[in-house]
Amino acid sequence: MQALFLSRLNKIYASGVHALRDVDLVVDEGEFFGLLGPNGAGKSTIIGIISSLVRKTRGRVEVFGYSIDREPWQAKSLLGLVPQEFNFNSFETVSQIILNQAGFYGINRRTAHQRAEQYLTELGLWSRRNSVSRTLSGGMKRRLMIARALVHQPRLLILDEPTAGVDIEVRRSMWDFLRRINAEGTTIILSTHYLEEAESLCRNIAIIDQGQIIENTDVRSLLRKLTAQSFLLDIDGRLADVPELGDFHVVPVDESCLEVEVRSDQSLNELFARLAERNVQVVSMKNKSNRLEELFIRMLERPPEAHREPTQVEKTA
Amino acid sequence: MRGSAVYPGYARQTLIALRTIAWKETHRYLRIWLQTLLPPAITMTLYFVIFGNLIGPRIGPMAGHTYIEFIVPGVIMMSVITNAYMNVVSSFFGAKFQRHIEEILVSPTPNYTILVGYLAGGVGRGLLTGLIVILISMAFTHIQIQHPFITISVAFLTALLFSLGGFINGIFARKFDDIAIVPTFILTPLTYLGGVFYSIELLPGVWRELSLANPILYMVNAFRYGLLGESDIPIQTAYSIIIVFIIISVCLSLYLLHRGVGLRT
Repeated sequence: MQALFLSRLNKIYASGVHALRDVDLVVDEGEFFGLLGPNGAGKSTIIGIISSLVRKTRGRVEVFGYSIDREPWQAKSLLGLVPQEFNFNSFETVSQIILNQAGFYGINRRTAHQRAEQYLTELGLWSRRNSVSRTLSGGMKRRLMIARALVHQPRLLILDEPTAGVDIEVRRSMWDFLRRINAEGTTIILSTHYLEEAESLCRNIAIIDQGQIIENTDVRSLLRKLTAQSFLLDIDGRLADVPELGDFHVVPVDESCLEVEVRSDQSLNELFARLAERNVQVVSMKNKSNRLEELFIRMLERPPEAHREPTQVEKTA
Repeated sequence: MRGSAVYPGYARQTLIALRTIAWKETHRYLRIWLQTLLPPAITMTLYFVIFGNLIGPRIGPMAGHTYIEFIVPGVIMMSVITNAYMNVVSSFFGAKFQRHIEEILVSPTPNYTILVGYLAGGVGRGLLTGLIVILISMAFTHIQIQHPFITISVAFLTALLFSLGGFINGIFARKFDDIAIVPTFILTPLTYLGGVFYSIELLPGVWRELSLANPILYMVNAFRYGLLGESDIPIQTAYSIIIVFIIISVCLSLYLLHRGVGLRT
């Protein structure tokens, strides 16, 4: 079953900004789906339209087969949203925020209390349940928003930059939590700037740029499109000269570190054989950047004049 | 919401959501009672002391009552109007400003439930402050309620109308200044000129006619009729005007919510 179906979705803001152009997207039930794109690409507009905070100009949106126009009650009941910005009442306690949210979805008080305890415990916030929300740290606020979005147990959870500004330890615990609820059956759509996060969590990914989907495939297929990867090699000792490694493109980073580009038609064995021939001992090695990040940057590369705000609707003369 | 009303669980969800919003709004003004309930009590006490006890005896009787008896209904209505309006406008705009209104907007809660929930807070605070002012007035004068049903119904309908006014103001407001403009420049002058401190029978012809265009005059006089049995205008006219304004305001509020004015981009 399709958890989300978007067809020819368009959004033109009152300012004239054409934020979405005929976006088609299908997310199947049970998926962990990544929605990626640079700032201003239209990710938050798509999420806003699905969650009814943004009015679409035209197009169709269905959540588990329910149209957000004709059957909003059903569509909204199945949807949970973790927005990019903190949007809870900063004067309310953690418990109040969760219980109120449950109330908005028609969950009785007793069940709401049980679920509040369950999700706050799982997200490490139960001990802070009586704290006023504005006193929480940034990471706690992010986790509170996830707990709030889950209290009505939505079948589709949309997360817009859920780990922005949180430390790596909290981020990884949130990843584990999201993997688990996805494994339990919740379909997840994740919008993130951390491409390592998307590569680690998502099975399928759509890349949006200037209001259009420019790629929509599974992560493995996407990574196969990467024609070259750059590696950083830490060398034992100091190099007097940059070693000649045949077809491999080598750039010295410093006296004991090399950056080597390996094309998809070359192998690492070949690289290491060449290094051994020149008596270069490699102590450690790592990708210069995340693979998806590298691909993402290459896909979005465009001439400098093309880097501009989303296009304005052309005004007729 | 086409296609939703027959869905199992719709009525239950709507009722629980309504209870949640209404309780949230009520809890809000009770929690900050120092800002919401105490100031009107102090202000209205000062009105009774200054206009009732100090200046009142020099003015003499008005419409067959002592001056303090005459102003009690108007002063109560002033507090009902101001508090009902301010509760909804400040709470709704605060929810917009902090963006936690989105919690409700993304939920399946229907627009009319959102409206009724916020109105419950405004009406509750308006009537509670009205009750507090009545209790305070008992320390200054003795009033026997002549028509209890009219007294209660007019207070309720007035609180409802001005809660709706606050809601509409809250929808259009974009900054904190916007929620002070209407109370300061429209509500307060209309209330002071709405027969709170004088009978319009005392006004010369043209001013009397102009006063009849002030809707607050009808509410104050209807409430005064309920308390004292005296009114400058027919009670049926007052009810009709209040109810017509309520119907218009409800329709406008639901239309604005449906269009997402000030809420959805």
